[in-house]
Amino acid sequence: METSGSLGTRFQYSSDQSLLVYFDEQVEQKKTGGAGALPLQSRITLRANENVRRLLRLLELEPVPGVRNLHPAYCSLLIKFDAIGMRHQELEAILRKYLERLEEVRLPEPRHVEIPVCYGGEFGPDLAGVCARRGITQARAIELHASVEYVVYFLGFVPGFAYLGELPEELVMPRLAAPRKRVPAGSVGIAGNQTGVYPFATPGGWRLIGRSPLKMFRADSDRLSLLSIGDRVRFTPTSRERFAALESP
Amino acid sequence: MRVIEVLEPGLLTTVQDLGREGYGPLGVSPSGAADAVSLRTGNRLLGNAEGEAGLEMTLLGGTFAFPEGAVLALAGSDLGPTLEGKPVEMWTPFEAKSKQVLRFGPTRSGARCYLCVRGGIEVQFFLDSASTHILSGLGGHKGRALKKGDVLTIGLANRNEQKITGKNACSTGGAGTVCKRRLSARTLKELQPRKVLRVTPGPQSDWFSEAAKKIFQESTYRVAEESNRMGIRLQGATIPAPAGGEMISEGVSLGAVQVPEGGQPIILFVEQQTTGGYPKIANVISADFHSLGQLRPRDEIRFEQVDWDTARALLREQEKLLASGDLIWE
Repeated sequence: METSGSLGTRFQYSSDQSLLVYFDEQVEQKKTGGAGALPLQSRITLRANENVRRLLRLLELEPVPGVRNLHPAYCSLLIKFDAIGMRHQELEAILRKYLERLEEVRLPEPRHVEIPVCYGGEFGPDLAGVCARRGITQARAIELHASVEYVVYFLGFVPGFAYLGELPEELVMPRLAAPRKRVPAGSVGIAGNQTGVYPFATPGGWRLIGRSPLKMFRADSDRLSLLSIGDRVRFTPTSRERFAALESP
Repeated sequence: MRVIEVLEPGLLTTVQDLGREGYGPLGVSPSGAADAVSLRTGNRLLGNAEGEAGLEMTLLGGTFAFPEGAVLALAGSDLGPTLEGKPVEMWTPFEAKSKQVLRFGPTRSGARCYLCVRGGIEVQFFLDSASTHILSGLGGHKGRALKKGDVLTIGLANRNEQKITGKNACSTGGAGTVCKRRLSARTLKELQPRKVLRVTPGPQSDWFSEAAKKIFQESTYRVAEESNRMGIRLQGATIPAPAGGEMISEGVSLGAVQVPEGGQPIILFVEQQTTGGYPKIANVISADFHSLGQLRPRDEIRFEQVDWDTARALLREQEKLLASGDLIWE
């Protein structure tokens, strides 16, 4: 069921029709007082994520017959397959061959995308709280959030939701204890060392610090999602007037 | 052009087919019929391709008119269907004549009934599928549940018609012909939705203590009111959180049983988030997905662990049954 692999990879059955590939596994050796086995933990690193993107790219360029869907994440790739035609072990054997070739996979040149954000006020109802927790001014928090070029680690949760990292240390804090039932589309949130923009009005537990007028996911555009895995993103502070101008379709 | 007029939409009625697979890298989950077995069967009864789009009704059905008539079949749960006031049989095709009204009420069995129509329902495809993804407002009819006054286009019969030969063939073709196809009693019995859901271990099973796993395997859980196409929330014995600490978000499988901090499990369903950060103690087997689609709030369920080979054998068996000539007989 579980096997250790080459290149710091590990396979794990996820369901009867899916297999997880983890990269750069770090085995946590702390004892957990009899409560369960020692968890096998991965760690978020850019290198692990690049390997995820390489394997994803290879599987997109040279699809494996019977593979139906791919779900990349920080340091893992979930592969859904036709369980009638294929067994986990068979897929695993094919993937091992793919993994041996990861070094030769060239990732596309990252695109650089700027996302205007109107910070604070009703658009960023949690900004004041974030500043209070950290003892910094709103101007400083905005400056920090806009100071970094983020990497799109993957898209997940809902269509077009990009997980961006890493957030400057001073802004790192846990998600809200009670998630909101409805976060407006375009809301810019932070959670842990990640940040992201909600493409749709959905429930959400990230702390909201602003809002972008850009549509993150458009069914009527060829790209569909404004951001793709591996893109580089910068947030640019924007006035309310400019926000209104950009928002009009 | 034949159409369906929505006189009353019911509680939650959406256009669904078998979903859009392959867009995980964009964060798009497959969506599709919550009880795919029923949709596929309904389409087969009509001679449609089994993935044609139909209407998925939830708990309380709607009222529909067919100005130019239509050939229909109902599959899944019994929502008390009547045509012009007369009861309609499930699991067999029937004709609605011009201007006749088909009415549904509250469920008498499970959660969902599929209204399938010969020729299927035509909507603009979004990423290769007619399925509605309610949360993101994509796909289906205008990306949303049906409303009073909506008009849906019925596809052309024969377009994707399955070639059925032998005892299942119709004597004559054409949109108006009603074949006396019917689901065999054996099939109906075998496809009966289950309340004991079979599961395989989840990717974080080992994170949970033996005591936690015992609670999960031995307890009865109740389906919560807030359950929907994204997730089926369960209420019952609290499953102690693993001591391993926070996990990193990863891709999640359909039917994954995740355990958030509160210890009340959630089964990820057809409109699931594509990635998630809660540990998963188990995963419902593929052969039982259609049973998830028929769970109603307050239903009581249990879990039964099976091994990988059993899960696969059960799926093969189900697919064999769905593909067999014995599925439907005249």
